[in-house]
Amino acid sequence: MVNFREIAAGQALPEREFTATNVSLFCYNAAIWNPHRIHYDETYTTEVEKHPKIVIDGPLQGDWLSQIVVNWVGEEAELLKFDYSNRRASYLGETLKSGGKVLKVDQKTGLVEVELFLKNEDGEITSPGSATVRFNI
Amino acid sequence: MNNLVTDEALSWIGKSDPPVEIEVNRSDIIKYSVSTEQVLIKYLKGDEAPPMFIAGLSREIVPLQDLGVDGLPPASLLPDLPLKRVMAGGVRFEFHKKVKPNEVLVFEKKLSDITEKQGKTGPLIFITYLITCKTKSGEMVLEQFQTRILR
Repeated sequence: MVNFREIAAGQALPEREFTATNVSLFCYNAAIWNPHRIHYDETYTTEVEKHPKIVIDGPLQGDWLSQIVVNWVGEEAELLKFDYSNRRASYLGETLKSGGKVLKVDQKTGLVEVELFLKNEDGEITSPGSATVRFNI
Repeated sequence: MNNLVTDEALSWIGKSDPPVEIEVNRSDIIKYSVSTEQVLIKYLKGDEAPPMFIAGLSREIVPLQDLGVDGLPPASLLPDLPLKRVMAGGVRFEFHKKVKPNEVLVFEKKLSDITEKQGKTGPLIFITYLITCKTKSGEMVLEQFQTRILR
């Protein structure tokens, strides 16, 4: 867990890689009750919706971004605000790397702002995001 | 711009669905946590819901025969628009309270904006919904601005 007194603007958050599989996407979409065929029906996805492969859910990528923050702060802080945007589609088989960095630290209030990213294997940001947490000081 | 979004479609801004009550189930939290590869024990044991759990919690559940060709239920609060393929856009959360199992949450969904934009491969329509989540006693749990992209 991070120590609030050691946090500084520019500090990188621990990165993590995610590789969705047919099984993990099935479990995720079952868990959230999402029957959208672009997440499990390859023929429909490529022939009707014209994607090159099965599509990794946008909200799943959002979750992976949120984990960069909640895993970093643990029980030391609470998540107040979080946003992300799916700018580029990601497909089954891709390995996505999530990470971020500290933008701002308020030593008086314990508020910390971070920016977040999810990148594909070409280094392109597929989903940028940001978050605000409040440390227990 | 607004060539694709008619005045009739714009008149939908501000409309809302009736509130929906949903009980948070520990097993559902665990399934979500496993499938999203959470690492914090409190999520994996279902003691607390991961922040994004709520994003999937308010999804509409309809009979199978009511699902469309794309697998999705008929969209609520969706005016007639010329672009039909739906993709997830972005989402913005403001968290007010952590979510624990056995809590009963009340969701309300309102159509808050419709905007047309030009994408790399053609026109896109962005629809924004405000989904509020409160406890039964009215305590705010979270506010969620959710964007759907039609292409």
